[in-house]
Amino acid sequence: MIETLLLWLFAGTALVAAVLMLVLRHPMRVALALTATMLSLAGVYAMLGVHVIAVFQVLIYVGAVMVFMVYAIMLLDVRDRSFTRRFSSLLLPGIAAALLFLAILAHGLWQALPEPTGAAGGTLFGLKRFSAEFLNDYWLHFELVSVLLVAAVVAALAILEVGRRLRG
Amino acid sequence: MLIATSAALFALGLLGVIVRRNVLVMLMCMELMLNGVSLSLVTFAQQTASAAGAVLVFLIFVVAAAEIAIAIPIVLLLVRRKNVLDLDAYTDLKG
Repeated sequence: MIETLLLWLFAGTALVAAVLMLVLRHPMRVALALTATMLSLAGVYAMLGVHVIAVFQVLIYVGAVMVFMVYAIMLLDVRDRSFTRRFSSLLLPGIAAALLFLAILAHGLWQALPEPTGAAGGTLFGLKRFSAEFLNDYWLHFELVSVLLVAAVVAALAILEVGRRLRG
Repeated sequence: MLIATSAALFALGLLGVIVRRNVLVMLMCMELMLNGVSLSLVTFAQQTASAAGAVLVFLIFVVAAAEIAIAIPIVLLLVRRKNVLDLDAYTDLKG
């Protein structure tokens, strides 16, 4: 009972923070709202019993990606037109398109999904089972994704080098 | 219901990418879309009690880290050149 309650509390917090992301003005507040969303999603994952993913969500998303984002916001504190006017001219068509998209998605999901069976609480798979399955069955994906990460690091260095050359 | 939540998160992220002007805010909305997708994957993994969904979420984490590691330097260079965060200012490629 309490697990279900907490699950819905976390999911509701995630949704509210996501809506806040759209209406807040300062990028730093948007970043804080996104951090709130990610932390509540980590809570949802923990409530679903997938603790490994919850830990990685906090470590990688909140710990690495959002800290990087906050540094970028600190470096780029520019008060320009995007600060005084939050929304672009696509506001009304964008809302219409997003609603249409959500309706299509809901329609498709409504027909395709089986009845949900899983209940909240309890450990679904711990670190042991996750690691064993990951490195036994999905080792190729693991290696490929590490190649992707190396390529991303090289690309970031290349971008900075191009910028240095452009500035002379 | 969690699937509905993840669909709503994805739609909100899409709306943010379309509607907001600030480049950094648009990047963060893209992260929100990735989070919606990973919520649906975790829900499926929990419903089918298989590790495949969780493994896919782990790979999404790495892809998100790579994406942000490339996107932030690009934004830094763009803003250094024009000193504007508004995406409407970057219409150089418009015919």
